[in-house]
Amino acid sequence: MLIDWFTVGAQVLNFLLLVWLMKRFLYKPILQAIDEREKRIAAQVADAHTIKAEAQRERDEFRQKNESFDQKRAALLNKAMDETNAERHRLLDEARQEADSARAKWQETLRGEHQNLKQDLTGRAGEEVFSIARKTLADLATTALEERVGEVFIRRLRAMDGRTRDELAATLRTASTPAVVRSAFDLPAEQRAAIQHALNETFSADIRLQFEIRPELVSGIELITNGHKLAWSIADYLASLEQRLGELLKEKDQTDATVEPALNQNGESQAHTTTP
Amino acid sequence: MRLSPDEMIFWQQGFLKLNATIVFTWGLMLALAVGSKLITRNLSMDLTRSRWQNVLEILVVAIEKQIKEVGLRRPDRYLTFLGTLFLFVGMASLSTVIPGYEPPTGSLSTTAALALCVFVAVPFFGIKEQGIGSYLRSYAEPTAIMLPFNIISELSRTLALAIRLFGNMMSGAMILAILLTITPFFFPIVMTVLGLLTGMVQAYIFSILAAVYIAAATRIRESKPELDTQSSNMQDDNQRSPHG
Repeated sequence: MLIDWFTVGAQVLNFLLLVWLMKRFLYKPILQAIDEREKRIAAQVADAHTIKAEAQRERDEFRQKNESFDQKRAALLNKAMDETNAERHRLLDEARQEADSARAKWQETLRGEHQNLKQDLTGRAGEEVFSIARKTLADLATTALEERVGEVFIRRLRAMDGRTRDELAATLRTASTPAVVRSAFDLPAEQRAAIQHALNETFSADIRLQFEIRPELVSGIELITNGHKLAWSIADYLASLEQRLGELLKEKDQTDATVEPALNQNGESQAHTTTP
Repeated sequence: MRLSPDEMIFWQQGFLKLNATIVFTWGLMLALAVGSKLITRNLSMDLTRSRWQNVLEILVVAIEKQIKEVGLRRPDRYLTFLGTLFLFVGMASLSTVIPGYEPPTGSLSTTAALALCVFVAVPFFGIKEQGIGSYLRSYAEPTAIMLPFNIISELSRTLALAIRLFGNMMSGAMILAILLTITPFFFPIVMTVLGLLTGMVQAYIFSILAAVYIAAATRIRESKPELDTQSSNMQDDNQRSPHG
């Protein structure tokens, strides 16, 4: 007989015991673990949904905030730009006004300087005139004017230094035309003779003379021969005064000319820096 | 020639005896229980878990899925019984790779015991599910004439369960023993591999048939015609091919 009934009974018991053991050690813990895990996953998924919804909400909120922020920023930027432009215009106007006032001041200063220069010139001219007058008067201190002029001329003639005298002597000797003596007034005969005498004596020769009257000399005598001139006259003094006055004016003009462009340039550069 | 490990007796006193079937069954029980205990000792509830826990989870979930596919709506109720049937028969077959081991399922006493358990479990679950009156009435369906046939079918399929498993397991061990005496080296290995395969197939068939019987007993009222034909088909199958 293949079936042993004791063994059958024992195996039934064994099997039932195994069922219990398996339930205890295998199925229950494993199923519990699976259930637990599924619960956890479900909880995590639910959490994730919640978080996602939250994130979505926050994102919308942030987007809204960003948009409003952008709008605000744009508005502020526009406002700032307007203000900046206004400020710029204001500053430019100010700078222009300043430049204008500086120019006006400069022009005022220039005018003042002109005024000063004029006064200066006037003062100096006066001084010159006074000095000439003093000199003339000193020259004329002894006798009549023309006599004195003749005397001065003769004295000068005699007082000439050697080289000039030699050159003049050579010119007078070789001259084909007579030497011209010019004077403002008609010279008296004795004075003409004194001049002739002085010339003859000075150059040790018989010098031919021709007398001419030239009122533009004002007062004085000139000896002119073949390109050489020996003179003493008030016209000379005046010419010298004129020359010095001319030089003075020229000098002043030059300094003005150098100052004026410099001032102009400064004014322009200031305007440039304030107009970007 | 020894047909069954029942014949290998280690100790006997009167009616009580300790044969190889019982000893190997205890060994399998010990291995299953201790193995399960070791693996489930510290189970992880998180997403990361040990590979052994993964193996057990796959196994349990697969058994549960199979039970569900058979048509049982609450697989957790039957998982313990059906799953243990599968694990025991499967382990008994797989352990044939161990030298000196003889599968306890190669003994008709063991297969008869398992078939008896199924024989008792079917009405147990059936009554538990639909009540005793309803369950007993199902034997007289569709007409009272069918009552004896239903009872015979109940008995014969239990017998078929026992004989099928015994025949397959015994024949496997027998073929192996015979081949070992004729061609000792290569061929027995191939037959052992084949034996492992048929062992697993038998474990699957045994537990799935038990599941079908239980499903037929528990769901007979809900969709009578369909399940009737299904269960009668199964019975026909069983009777036509008792060796699986």
